[in-house]
Amino acid sequence: MSVLEIEDLGVTFSTETGDVPAVRDVSLHVRPGETLALVGESGSGKSTVALAAMGLLPGNARVSGRISVDGTPIVGADDRELSGLRGRTVSMVFQEPATALDPLTRVGAQIAEVVRNHRQVSRAEAARAAVDLLRRVGIPEPEHRASAFPFQLSGGQRQRVVIAMAIANSPGLLIADEPTTALDVTVQAEILDLLRALAADSGTGVLLVTHNMGVVADFADRVAVMLEGEVVETGTVEDVLLRPSHEYTRRLLAAVPRLAVDEPRGAGTAGEDPQEPEGSTSVVELRDVSVHFGRGRRTVRALQNVSLSVRPGETVGLVGESGSGKSTAARVALGLLRPDSGSVALFGNDLGRTRGRARRSLLSGVGVVLQDPVASLDARMSVAECVAEPLRVHRRGMTAVQRRERVAEVLELVRLPRGLAGRGPRELSGGQRQRVSLARALVLEPRLLVADEPTSALDVSVQRTVLEVIAELQGELGFACLFVSHDLAVVQEFAQRVVVMRAGSVEEEGPTMTTLLRPETEYTRRLIAAVPVPDPVLQRRRRVSLGLEASA
Amino acid sequence: MTAVLQTTPALEPVPGYRLSLRRFARNRLALAGLVAVVLFLLFCFVGPLIYSTDQTHTDLTQVNLAPSGAHLLGTDAVGHDELGRLMYGGKISLLVGLAAGVLATVIGTLWGAVAGYAGGWLDAVMMRIVDAGIAIPALFILLVVSAITTPDTLGLIVILGLVSWLVPSRLVRAETLTLKSRDYVLTLRAIGGSHGRAIGRHILPNSVSTIVVAATFQVADAILLVAYVSYLGLGVQPPSTDWGGMLSAGLTAAYSGRWWLIVPPGLAIILVVCAFNAIGDGLRDAFDVRGRG
Repeated sequence: MSVLEIEDLGVTFSTETGDVPAVRDVSLHVRPGETLALVGESGSGKSTVALAAMGLLPGNARVSGRISVDGTPIVGADDRELSGLRGRTVSMVFQEPATALDPLTRVGAQIAEVVRNHRQVSRAEAARAAVDLLRRVGIPEPEHRASAFPFQLSGGQRQRVVIAMAIANSPGLLIADEPTTALDVTVQAEILDLLRALAADSGTGVLLVTHNMGVVADFADRVAVMLEGEVVETGTVEDVLLRPSHEYTRRLLAAVPRLAVDEPRGAGTAGEDPQEPEGSTSVVELRDVSVHFGRGRRTVRALQNVSLSVRPGETVGLVGESGSGKSTAARVALGLLRPDSGSVALFGNDLGRTRGRARRSLLSGVGVVLQDPVASLDARMSVAECVAEPLRVHRRGMTAVQRRERVAEVLELVRLPRGLAGRGPRELSGGQRQRVSLARALVLEPRLLVADEPTSALDVSVQRTVLEVIAELQGELGFACLFVSHDLAVVQEFAQRVVVMRAGSVEEEGPTMTTLLRPETEYTRRLIAAVPVPDPVLQRRRRVSLGLEASA
Repeated sequence: MTAVLQTTPALEPVPGYRLSLRRFARNRLALAGLVAVVLFLLFCFVGPLIYSTDQTHTDLTQVNLAPSGAHLLGTDAVGHDELGRLMYGGKISLLVGLAAGVLATVIGTLWGAVAGYAGGWLDAVMMRIVDAGIAIPALFILLVVSAITTPDTLGLIVILGLVSWLVPSRLVRAETLTLKSRDYVLTLRAIGGSHGRAIGRHILPNSVSTIVVAATFQVADAILLVAYVSYLGLGVQPPSTDWGGMLSAGLTAAYSGRWWLIVPPGLAIILVVCAFNAIGDGLRDAFDVRGRG
């Protein structure tokens, strides 16, 4: 008997602009103690399936087909029946722990509330149950932490609290929608360990919604791949990830950047260090830069004595977990933030001492691509206007015709049709938008491209094409690149040198293949070990060896 | 959840302004407001060309006549045709209201955009000035100023504009704070674009919805303010008048049953103010991006 049974599920949303079919003919099931991963790219309908299983679809959704949780039908059930089910038979872990918790209620009380919703117990008993749950999810000093407010906990701890609430009444089915996407890799590894242990101990079935193949390999027993609202392939994790049968799955897996973790077979070639052109001036160089925000006791030291440099034509990967200061360092390099001490040299000139016209012309040699494909382009401008903006700032003498010609050239450079120039950013996909950003960054033929997580908001297949375009253009145009990313696999593929940051300082740096394969510091080693690889067999082996290492 | 948000925009590229327009058109109340405002504008500015009356000379042979075929809304205490006077007064009311509302919005927008964009101590000083201004009732300032000088139409517009820009400045500042940290503004700054360009090309155009909505409410407020001031006899001076002044002049007549001196200007004020508020509400909904999708 399955804890979750979905048959011929169809979901259509009626919106202002017409009906949008989101899910068609989806059938799947989750057995007790089993983890089924529902994977797919954005818009594939995987989250819609998860919400449908909870009966949580918004009011404009029309549902057909059959869903039953532990034998109880969900489609057509009224609110009272559903409330009785939710939190007891089935519960959900959402992506963003910060918004899943009530910021004004102590975490112990929030867990106790879930307990009391379904069980007739006294307040004191519920509070005790909450402490037990906190202990089960691995929160240190649970008696003490139960009285903490969500903001007093770290992101990982908050997600643990969310999980504690989800398992409070030992549900038969746990639905986890991208439970680790908002977390750093090391925290992600801990949360996955926790979920795996809970599922194994209590025989809970898990429906895991994710886009991350590494997480799938690490955690799932079976996988269902979704494409445009339909399940195109289902099978065991080994079958789907190692021997995919559907064309789409194959393409998806091919696009996933893989972190090389084993000793590379041809160690000589992989470890090949980029030749260091000694003596040539760096395009950008940070010397002993410190930045702090706020003052007095609230001071946050965002950067402490950070030094790094990018030489002409090379790509430097700046990696680290959230809060490590990698984006702050990039902003200092761009002159958006003034360092409190230390200096920044851009193309050999001290950026802090250059003003006015000289500073402007210095900055014209820099291109920028930022993370958010939506916020990067002004929605009120056309693509052509967005791309032409640097020309309007720096090439004032250009006529409208010359500008239009240049814009068309650059659009072609980033493999976008010229015809896109008249469109609005709203009409473009995420990948197209990031390529428009790239076109804008390259329109002045910069000597340095600063890319801050340029692909982390994109699906893997789109990420691949954007990265390929950047790499090819770098080969053609020869600009240097400061590439900020949290994704070690992407950096490993893309950068010649890597700088690992941790808590505002540089932890270690070196040629990518050396640093990411044979790291010198314990921190980098842990960081790399925490990245799940999209190969279930290899990932299992890594987990075992990690476990041995930890117990030794 | 993510699927819902992400499938929709890709579905069918409807330009934002057309979607806003469609939303506005679907809002009956807002549409009615728009129609009412247009009718009032026609009535006040085109009406006198068709229904021509003498509003400058008193005619003591024709005082306090009840509505009749010759004078559709009767005449007032000095013999002016009341319907003609409603057009004539409405011209001033609408002109002052619109101009003062727009002036207040312009001042408020510039003030708020500069404060929000500059940040730091300049922002603190500018916004404390706004706080202080809001603490003093606008009506009080108006009465004091009107008591010192007798403002003409232009003077009234300037004074009203100067006392009511505070609220829009707060709105625009809040909008600017969020917009200035958008990636496209950062990108512009990073390649050496000027502050002026950031404000003029990105921040103001993107706050247009906030500004337009604020302006609509400002106009409604200004019309009401003109009415207050004139009602108290401190606004436009006779023989010129506006709806507030007409109310004031007709007040004594109310006790003698001459309703035609009170009801029409009173209704006109209520209708126009309600109409502008309805348009404002409709515009706010139409521009609201969060409701989309």
